[in-house]
Amino acid sequence: MKSKSNITEPFLIRVFLIVIAIGFIGVFVALPVAVIFIEALAKGIGAYFNELNNDNAKAAIKLTVLVAAISVPCNMVFGLAASWAITKFEFFGKRLLITLIDLPFSVSPVIAGLIYVLLLGANSVMGKWLDAHNMQVIFAVPGLVIATIFVTFPFVARELIPLMEEQGTEEEEAAIMLGANGWQTFWNVTLPNIKWGLFYGVLLSNARAMGEFGAVSVISGHIEGVTNTLPLHVESLYNGYNFVGAFAVASLLTVLAVFTLILKMIIEYYYPHEIKAAR
Amino acid sequence: MLTIKLKQPSVIPGFSLTLGFTILYLTLIVLIPLSGLFFKTVTLSWHDFTQTITAPRVMAAYKISFGISFIAALVNVFFGFIVAWVLVRYKIPAKKIIDAMVDLPFALPTAVAGIALSALYSDHGWIGEIFARVGIHLAFNPAGIAIALIFVGIPFVVRTVEPVLHDMDLELEDAAASLGANRWQVFTMVILPHVMPALLTGFAMAFARGLGEYGSVIFIAGNVPMVSEIVPLVIITKLEQYDYAGATAIALTMLIASFILLFIINMLQRWSGGRMLR
Repeated sequence: MKSKSNITEPFLIRVFLIVIAIGFIGVFVALPVAVIFIEALAKGIGAYFNELNNDNAKAAIKLTVLVAAISVPCNMVFGLAASWAITKFEFFGKRLLITLIDLPFSVSPVIAGLIYVLLLGANSVMGKWLDAHNMQVIFAVPGLVIATIFVTFPFVARELIPLMEEQGTEEEEAAIMLGANGWQTFWNVTLPNIKWGLFYGVLLSNARAMGEFGAVSVISGHIEGVTNTLPLHVESLYNGYNFVGAFAVASLLTVLAVFTLILKMIIEYYYPHEIKAAR
Repeated sequence: MLTIKLKQPSVIPGFSLTLGFTILYLTLIVLIPLSGLFFKTVTLSWHDFTQTITAPRVMAAYKISFGISFIAALVNVFFGFIVAWVLVRYKIPAKKIIDAMVDLPFALPTAVAGIALSALYSDHGWIGEIFARVGIHLAFNPAGIAIALIFVGIPFVVRTVEPVLHDMDLELEDAAASLGANRWQVFTMVILPHVMPALLTGFAMAFARGLGEYGSVIFIAGNVPMVSEIVPLVIITKLEQYDYAGATAIALTMLIASFILLFIINMLQRWSGGRMLR
């Protein structure tokens, strides 16, 4: 232990690096968050709640919750199925499948919105069929849901695959040998092992689902009170120079983000082995 | 015979059900819609396609998007390494909180980040005001785009470098030091080569994210064509003018660029020993 000083830096350099690190995070992360609340409360607490307590804001909150409530469970079921197939079996093309599942992460949100406008918009074959049957998808809630499913597509699978890979297949094999059926095995053996990893994945996809902007912006049509989710409502208010309103609504989303991170910290602290993915 | 080759036998049930559902869902949600990008683009003639993707305004946007994403990723490599270093090696108060704050750009909706950054860095903002006094304007120009892209890229470098530093064997540094290397030599010859794959991976991820980023940028960029207009905004502008084929052509070129980056990131991750794989 005498050589401890060999493998660290001089005191002044340490202080200097700490100041740079804290300064960087402070200026780029802490201050922007502080600004949101200060701007939101710039005209007092009454004005703040007025901006949240009106029809457009309420409609945006409801729509955001609705979109997340549909898209997150869809991706949860998909994530469970995909990670079961990928981690419990050896088959040809597995690596390719994993790469394809990750694909939506490398697609710009704007392009994610665009592909559904192309596929389901008024000019497309599908769009004409939907129109003939009086179904509105683009510039309506179903479009918002599909775009949100796309951008949050990999979250749960990405969290579960490394975790289930590490846990192997022995416990499941034992359960099957002892006479359990597939469903019982999943419910009683696999799920208890992965529940925190699953929750973590759901938490992250929910945060992204509620905060998505680019993809839904292309697909929503920006109809106040109808197809404006919270992030889109923030944009409308901001572009209408209602800064208190924009920051008040933004503060809701900030609280959601901070709450998500706190839950994430708690899970990482208590169940570190059940959180595998790099982020 | 063929099935044995395609899938190894297992007593666990549910293979066809889960794999079938996975492939169906993947095809419907991701593969068919993405392939539409390609099919829409081929409705353009080659001449129109090249005209669209090389128009001066589009070329300017490529330069801005690629150039500023590159700069922002470099800034993140530098500061991200220092943050990771401080978090792993030093004892500092409130470390857990600072560590959690690194993830905030992942969790904070991009539109929220966009208006917060533009309030902070515009000429009337807390930080923008200081710079405006000496004639430096940080918002509504390319500098604003850089600020937004630095923000969204922060977690990538920190989160890829952190585990590598954490698992690094201190005895290597100790050995180098006892053989007479000074701290700077240890850093450049032992530590830096060890974290290089992770730094490059973090750089590539931040760069790729910057290319596609939209929400946090548009509020602070000023969005002046030829000067501070990013590619995703050009795509949206074309869409709003009902130029679907044009928007799609530009989107396809950007998508190909992201896939090339994704491929490079995969290679880098394999090089760094699969540490951050998946």
